[in-house]
Amino acid sequence: MKTYEVVIGLETHIQLNTHSKIFCSCKADSWGAEPNSNICPVCSGLPGVLPVLNAEAVKKGALLAAAMHAQINPKSEFDRKNYFYPDLPKGYQITQFDEPIGKGGYMDLTLPDGHQRRVRIHKLHLEEDAGKTKISAGMRLVDFNRCGVPLVEMVTEPDLRTGEEAALYLTRLRALLRWIGVSEADMEKGHLRCDANVSVREMGSQTLNPKTEIKNLNSIDAVRQAIQEESRRQIAVMEAGGRVESYTLDWDADTSRLTKMRSKETEADYRYFREPDLLPVLLSAEEIAAIEHSLPELPLEREERFERDYHLSAYDAEILTSERSLSDYFEEALQRYGGEAKIVSNWMINDLARLMNDLGKSASELNLRPADLAELLHLLDGGKINAPTAKTVLRRVEETGKTPTAIVEEEGLGLMDDLAALRQLVAQVLKENPAEVASFRAGKESLSGWFLGQVMRRSGGKADPRQARAILLELLAAE
Amino acid sequence: MTPVMDWSAAEIARKVRSGEISAAEMLAASLERIRLTDGISGQVGLTQWDEAEERKVHAFIQISKDLAEAQAAAVDAKAARGEDPGLLAGVPVAIKDIFCVEGTHTTAGSRMLANFRPPYTATPVQRLIDAGALVVGKANMDEFAYGSSSESSAFQPSPNNPWDPTRVPGGSSGGSAASVASTEVALSLGSDTGGSIRQPSSFCGVVGMKPTYGRVSRYGMIAFASSLDCPGPLARTVSDAALMLQVIAGEDPRDSTTSQQPVPDYQLALQQDVHGLRIGLSPDYDRIVFPDVETGEIGTEPIQAEVSRAVYDAAEQLARQGAEIVEDVPMPNARHGIPTYFVISRVEASSNLHRFDGVKYGYRTAQPVSDLNELYRLSRAEGFGTEPKLRILMGMYVSSAAYSHQYYLRARKVRAMIRRDFDTAFDPAGAYRLDALLTPTTPTTAFKRKAVYGNSVLMQYADQMTVSANHAGLPALSFPGGLDGQGLPIGLQLIAGDFREDLLLRIAHAYELATRQAAWRSAVPEAVRNEASK
Repeated sequence: MKTYEVVIGLETHIQLNTHSKIFCSCKADSWGAEPNSNICPVCSGLPGVLPVLNAEAVKKGALLAAAMHAQINPKSEFDRKNYFYPDLPKGYQITQFDEPIGKGGYMDLTLPDGHQRRVRIHKLHLEEDAGKTKISAGMRLVDFNRCGVPLVEMVTEPDLRTGEEAALYLTRLRALLRWIGVSEADMEKGHLRCDANVSVREMGSQTLNPKTEIKNLNSIDAVRQAIQEESRRQIAVMEAGGRVESYTLDWDADTSRLTKMRSKETEADYRYFREPDLLPVLLSAEEIAAIEHSLPELPLEREERFERDYHLSAYDAEILTSERSLSDYFEEALQRYGGEAKIVSNWMINDLARLMNDLGKSASELNLRPADLAELLHLLDGGKINAPTAKTVLRRVEETGKTPTAIVEEEGLGLMDDLAALRQLVAQVLKENPAEVASFRAGKESLSGWFLGQVMRRSGGKADPRQARAILLELLAAE
Repeated sequence: MTPVMDWSAAEIARKVRSGEISAAEMLAASLERIRLTDGISGQVGLTQWDEAEERKVHAFIQISKDLAEAQAAAVDAKAARGEDPGLLAGVPVAIKDIFCVEGTHTTAGSRMLANFRPPYTATPVQRLIDAGALVVGKANMDEFAYGSSSESSAFQPSPNNPWDPTRVPGGSSGGSAASVASTEVALSLGSDTGGSIRQPSSFCGVVGMKPTYGRVSRYGMIAFASSLDCPGPLARTVSDAALMLQVIAGEDPRDSTTSQQPVPDYQLALQQDVHGLRIGLSPDYDRIVFPDVETGEIGTEPIQAEVSRAVYDAAEQLARQGAEIVEDVPMPNARHGIPTYFVISRVEASSNLHRFDGVKYGYRTAQPVSDLNELYRLSRAEGFGTEPKLRILMGMYVSSAAYSHQYYLRARKVRAMIRRDFDTAFDPAGAYRLDALLTPTTPTTAFKRKAVYGNSVLMQYADQMTVSANHAGLPALSFPGGLDGQGLPIGLQLIAGDFREDLLLRIAHAYELATRQAAWRSAVPEAVRNEASK
């Protein structure tokens, strides 16, 4: 049997999280709104009205271009893409054709086997979204709410090789979009939409065979599964001596099946031409520099820095940089704490992560601020509290919003620092358990742990175990 | 005493502001004049009418009496409170039906939009209303402004020329020009894509200006060819045109192609004479270049002799006022104006017409349809007249991926060459250093009804002298320059550099003053004469 290589390119539509739509002042987000309740003459294509470009959309599009290592175009243009569909009220979509906001670009992925894969960007441009249609009771209904929502369309070169890689690319892209704050990137809400172009060729071949386009991929799982499914199908066709035809396929997530939508043999002619109602988008060298400067350190860069500067494991660094707010939290807590990075990392990956998970909050939404975590670790290091108490205090800080020190004091959670009282408590335990004392003295030294447990229990967990152990051994040896 | 409707807009506003006459009285006078001279308003599907209607003007599709009454009441109330009711207080205006006006139907002269009521008002119309003008009606026009005779309107009867009702008023702003010429209104707002304000102004003997692209907002004007379209004033005098431009010009946040350039005081410009101004004449505007309808071969023809003579007469008049006349200014690319326009305007027009699909508003076929494509096909086939269909066909062809390089992209390059001709002529360090170019507005005076209609190529060549200013984005003004042997108005055109509307107004105003005593100035259009004699 021959071996095959799957060739995948992804086309993504990214909804920018601007306040208003790209060419009018309607709200950009109409999630959950009544159909046609968030529209105006401009976005619903009434005659005579004109588009006015939202500068925020340009800024966010340019920021994304910078994050993708693309070149920000100092003079980009808008064009009309002409076609008829009921969800497109003007009969043309305003998009960018030959002078897009970003040129070139790439994203580097670390594959599970450790290899790097560079996914090049073929196209990155701004455009307006169309509306939605649905068939109901024999009627075709149109909802224009989504018309004019700002999108970036981003198309990769055919640089991906498996469904797994495609899923990884999308996961990374989603994290990046949130990281730089240009999109909520919620696939369920359509903030991030994906179509996949799939073709198959014999291993070693450099030709691109006819591809199919899979639409309606609404989750990362769907992307992975649909591509796996389609590669299997195409390989089977080639194995049987057949030829893969260009289709558009629809992915049904419920049944995990692909169905053919239409043949792509004849490409539509969109008769692109410059949008005369808008001026070219000019960005000066200073503006471009300001946008590039405003780009935060990217996840991959930060991950590498955490490993290098804080000597964290690759595992820890990856988790801590999965979200920008988490990594910001880590660095602030570490700075305030001033101790070992690994300790802060452990607390965050274990206890803080559990707390966030239980409450459904992100790091930036916690009442427990980085300064609180640092203070808690100081209390622990200073022997004021022990580790189990620290875990309790962590939750209490989150619940009450008070500082760790305040909680330890108010709730009496501090360790006993009265050595005389502790000595008395130990003596009391020995006195009450003469048989065990005898056994110990007869050589059963393993009982020391049992005695310590009794002391800790009597103290309500407030005894410092190291001190208690020292006193215990002293008194047991004394007689 | 001069009849009220003969007053200039400036005179009306002055008298309304001083309380000499009320806005309500002005409105009544305008409606009465319309009743006497205009005849029935255009209607969709009307094919027959009384013989007597043949002599009427038919400038309107719709009279907006209620709207105008409310506006007049507002103006009078303001005046009564001692507030300033505005630069155009109580001035009756006709709005070309390409401008959306809330509270009216806005049809663009098409069956497609016969039932369309916009929920917004075009910026230049709103500025007129805010300045106290009274919107008395919507003026008839060529369907979607595609034409130069107004005959292609779906609303019939289409307008007649007030000077000779057997002739066309020109177009596409034919209703606008006819309403002003017949003194039904003092001012009209028109739109000019290839000459649609200036050519009918010329045919009807009024003043019409296409301002610099970006000087007046296009917001609310139904688009024909967006990169060429300019709203502008039609008036009976240069100073009225200046007054109206003053009100409608200026930046509009709703049209990002409007300029931030401040609007100068145009009345100040009128006070200056033409001493020292350099005014050019070009042999390329003294002939037309024309394809043979049968063979397609390009030939050159002289323009109507009386029109040519009027240009030279005007140049002499201006020279006597102190202007320097510069002859033989070459405008070598003027001859490409119409072919270039054929391509660019149709590409943009076909795209702009996409939105009329029977889905959201406007005409939808009454026939049962089996699928979406049939809904589109039938709605557009029944809703559009012949002109839009021809323009869609050609526009789609020349912008298709296969032909775009040969036609559309090439036309854009030629357009830049046309612009360069003007840059050279107006270059203050160049050989010509012109302040303005003086040309005829049209190669002929008004032609007979049905003489050209139906020949879309011939009709287009009526715009040969005007279209270059649209390509170049420059301001151009048409003003009356006499009558021909048949008593029909001759129009002269001035073209200046970007945002130099002030120069156009200044020169035309100087000419107007210099010819004040000329015999042709006292001639009255037939439509007005008929009324006056009753």
